[in-house]
Parts: sequence; structure tokens; C-alpha cells
Amino acid sequence: MKMITVREALRDAMAEEMRNDPNVFVMGEEVAEYHGAYKVTQGLLEEFGAKRVIDTPITEHGFAGLAVGAGFVGLKPIVEFMTFNFALQAMDHIINSAAKTYYMSGGQVQCPIVFRGPNGSASRVGAQHSQCFAAWYSHIPGLKVISPYSAKDCKALLKAAILDPNPVIFLEHELMYGRQFEVDDNFDEEVEIGKAKILHEGSDVTITAFSFQVGNALAAAEVLKSQGISAEVIDLRTLRPLDSDTIIESIKKTNRLVTVEGGWGFAGVGATIAAIVVEQAFDYLDAEIIRVYQKDVPLPYAANLEKLALPQIDDIVEACKKVCFRL
Amino acid sequence: MQELKYYKEMLLIRRFEEKAGQLYGMGLIAGFCHLYIGQEAVVVGMHNILQKNDYSITTYRDHGHILVAGSDPKVVMAELMGRATGCSKGKGGSMHMFDLKNRFYGGHGIVGASAALGTGMAFAAKYKEDDAVALTYFGDGALNQGQVYEAFNMAALWKLPVVYIVENNGYSMGTSIARHCSIKDLYKRGESFGIPGIQIDGMNLLEVMQKGKEAVDYVRQGNGPIFIEMQTYRYRGHSMSDPGNYRSKEEVANMREHHDPINLYREYLLKNKFCTEEDLKTIDKEIKQIIEETVEFAQNSPEPDPDELYTEVYI
Repeated sequence: MKMITVREALRDAMAEEMRNDPNVFVMGEEVAEYHGAYKVTQGLLEEFGAKRVIDTPITEHGFAGLAVGAGFVGLKPIVEFMTFNFALQAMDHIINSAAKTYYMSGGQVQCPIVFRGPNGSASRVGAQHSQCFAAWYSHIPGLKVISPYSAKDCKALLKAAILDPNPVIFLEHELMYGRQFEVDDNFDEEVEIGKAKILHEGSDVTITAFSFQVGNALAAAEVLKSQGISAEVIDLRTLRPLDSDTIIESIKKTNRLVTVEGGWGFAGVGATIAAIVVEQAFDYLDAEIIRVYQKDVPLPYAANLEKLALPQIDDIVEACKKVCFRL
Repeated sequence: MQELKYYKEMLLIRRFEEKAGQLYGMGLIAGFCHLYIGQEAVVVGMHNILQKNDYSITTYRDHGHILVAGSDPKVVMAELMGRATGCSKGKGGSMHMFDLKNRFYGGHGIVGASAALGTGMAFAAKYKEDDAVALTYFGDGALNQGQVYEAFNMAALWKLPVVYIVENNGYSMGTSIARHCSIKDLYKRGESFGIPGIQIDGMNLLEVMQKGKEAVDYVRQGNGPIFIEMQTYRYRGHSMSDPGNYRSKEEVANMREHHDPINLYREYLLKNKFCTEEDLKTIDKEIKQIIEETVEFAQNSPEPDPDELYTEVYI
């Protein structure tokens, strides 16, 4: 059985699209000669050369703006942020320049660009290097936001992001890069941006998650199964546009919802999903919605505190049992 | 005659902006509205030395830039009034004018943003191996934004074909150069990046064109970026609600009287017999007529259809 890591899947997606279109290039800190701080761009410099695989200075605001300007005039940049924590420096260009210019130019200026890199908490790297920005970017009309889990979805959705004519935020996860997934016959089929996927069917409770937390949700579903609760796990894959139809259809079946995310809860992804469900499927709910999220603190360094702060499998299990009135 | 074309272009901007100021006072234009009056020679001079395939981009003080790029004044005025016929369909407004057919890329409201964006356009020109340069305008206030220097560094490092133009009108909103900038000679601000800087009298069209051409040629020849400090002056406030208490009436009057770019050029035309007083009067009338038609067009244009609210968020 052939296996592939998320890291390789992401690299393959970029390489394939760079072969297909000479206007696609990748830039960022350490992407070329160092092969990426997390080795995601391994081999790209050797295949495509320094013109298309570009090491930048440590200058996120500057190179994000430069890439957006290049996108305005017809190139298709892939901007790697070493981590999305550093993209805070570039936030102005991502939002004010990339996301809004198509609208405020009356449809004249397009910006086909992908901003990608690891997002969320890694492991023991402290508060400034451990933050999930999914809710931040998902707030912005004009951006698409993708945060996949499996290697297959990482590859297919990164290819879709590069082909998309809109600015796309592609949120990866450091702890997923080395994770291996099976390469099956359907591995290279296309995946549409904006479609969630049910990874585990169930009838008692719906769990939504994205990125790294999908793994915890799937593990929680196994624990719940052993306790007689049938959980349906939805991998959101895309956060904007959100596939609310798939979530609502699932709730019509389970009548219960637990949302999971690696970021904070206040004004978070789960909060928005809960609001949509209350607006559109209130009558189908048989219990309160519970959101599982990072505790409302900057992420601590100490191992025990870090674990306490982040959503664990047990937190998801407990939330599901509560909405199923099994606690 | 080219000389009269330049004169007309400067005068069109002047009259257009005066009219925009009036219409603002009448409530027909709203929000922020940054007039270009006094700075006309900068864009007219620089635009007229460009090639067809060159790019330009600027800040929110963009009416002069889009007019000189070749946009119909009607669609620019319609945009100011928020009408469906505006260059950005009424969705951009004063600060967000675009004309891609003429390679003018806006119209950006965040101080300093045009520096990085324009550098990216130059990056694309080099990537595509065409010989275009990117004229990248910003104001003196932008020179205290970090991203300008981030852009300078990459442009010099990668020898990008970008012409940086700081339109130094003396004030970043209400704060004079002396109060916001650690040095007086702004053109030196690129030196530590290895970017040569030159100072140009931005009130003098001939000097703008002559020295500007040298600068553009230098960049087009593959030497990397250059940085031009255009010494200019805006007669009106930063935006429309600016009482102007930070400078004296005498200072403004002196600039108008002795350094006005249109008057200076007018004297040059007459002195060198490019035209007669009569010719200039005819041009005045012509421009007046254009402005009248422009206002009429904009006022008679409909507001955007409500359905336009949701279009062009995504492609």
C-alpha cells in the first residue's frame, strides 16, 4: 500500500500546477535553498529554478504586498508564510489589497493568489507561535479560506486554490506535515472548494472540525462508539465559503451539534456555525450546541498547561455526551 | 502640438478638481476626497514619458493620475458621485479609481501600500521579461511606513524595474516634513538600499519631463529601482474637512503666485511662441466645456443597481 505524507501532497500540488502554468511561482522565507522551514517546498528549486522559487528576506508585509501587486498584473503567486503567526505583519495587504480590490475596482482588478503555511498551535512553541487564524480570515468577504485534514484533500484543494482566480488563504498544520495517508485509486480526483466531507457517519450527534482537530474528532467518535453513541464527523475542509448545507443536513439526522476548533471560541468558527444552525435549523435541534475550542488564554509553554488549553479527545467526547444527555 | 497637450492635461486636472471641490460642498460627492490641485505637473510630466506597456499605481490622491492615464473625465466624475457609470461602478469612490485598459492600477487607501504593490507590478514585468516599468507613487507621509523600506530592499536586491516617486507636498496631512521626517532631503531615503535618489522641482513640468525621462530610462535599462523626490505643493487641504491651521495663508498664496505649475508652463508656452493668448483662451473654453459635460453626465447617471451590492466580491 502506497503512503504519502501531507508535506509531500502539498509539494506535489504546487509542482503540478507550476508545471501547468509558467505564471505560477512560489515565494517566502527559506522556500528555495533551505527547501522550506518545514520542508514543504522540497525539490521545487531544483525543478523550477530560482526565478520561480524565490527566497525572500524576512519581510512579510513587504513580500505579501509585492506578491499581491504581481497578482494584479497577471502572475499567480503562492506565498508561503513560515507560519501564519508572522502573517499578522502582512494582514493589511491580505485584507485591504488582496481581498477588496476586485470589488472596489468594479471588477477590474483580479488577484489570483494563495497565501499558505502552517496555522494553529504546533508543540511547545509558546503563545506568539501558536495561534489559529481561521476565524480571522473567514471573517473577510473576498477571501476564500481552506483548512484541510487529509493528504488527499491537501493536494486537491491546494491545486484548486492555485487555479482559483480569487485570493485564497490555505491554512496547514505543522503537526500534520509528517502524517501519512494512504494513496488510494481516487487519490488524484478533484475536490471543489466550499464542500465539506462526512468522514464518519453517525446518527446521534454531529461533530464539525477542520485541520488537525479532525483527527481528534475521529478519535472521539471511536470512543463514543464504544459507549453506544453514534457520532457523525464532518471535515469542513473549506471555512469560507462554508458548506452549511452539509452541516444542516447532518443535524436534521442527529439533532445535535458539537463544533471543534483549535482557535479561541469567542467570535470563532464554531460561534458562526452555531449562529447559522440556530438561524436555519433551529427546529431540528434537540439540545444546546456545544463549542470545543482553545481556552481563552494565550497558549502557555508548560506541557501540562498547553494540553489543558487545547481541545483534547476527551473534551470532544464529554461535549458529545452532554448534548446526548449521557452525562 | 505636444506642448499644448501637456497644458491641456494639467488644466483639465485643475478644473476637474476645482469642480470636484464645489460638488463636494454641494453634497454631491461624499466621504474622503483628496484634491490634486497644485501637483498637476508631476503626473502630467511623468505620464508623458512612459511607454504604452508601463504600469502606474498611487495612493488615495488619485484623480490626477487616472485622468492623465487616459480615462474619460466623465467616468471619473461619475465615480466621485457614486454612480453606476463610474470607473469602479460607484463601488470605489474618490480613493479607489482604476483603469486597467490604461494600465493604471489604483487608487489605494492605506499609506505606503502602493509602494509594495507597485514593486510587485515591477516584479511581474521582470518575470514576464517585458520591458515595462512600474511608476509607483506615494506621498511624503508614506516615507515613515515600514513597508516602503521592505519594498525598497527587495526592489534593489532583485533589480526590479520600479520608479518610486514621492510626491513631497510638504505635509503628511497636517504634519510638516520638519515634524515627521528625520531628514529634510527625502530623496536620500533610498540610499542605504543602494537606490539612487534624485530631487525634481515638481512644479516645473519641463524639469519633471527631462529628469523624469532620465530616471525612467535608467530603470528600463535594467539598473534596478530609482527614487524620485518630486518637490510639489497642494493648495487645498489634505482632504475636504481640513481647516489648514498648520500652515499660513501667506505660504499657500506665495506658492500659487510664484510657483504654480500651470502658470509657469503657460508663461513658457507664450514666451517661446508655442501659442498665443488667444489659443490659450480657446483651450480654457474647451476645458470648461468638457467639465460641464462631465458634471452633466455624472449627475444624470443612475446610482448602482441594488443587485450590484453583491457582485464582484468573488470572481
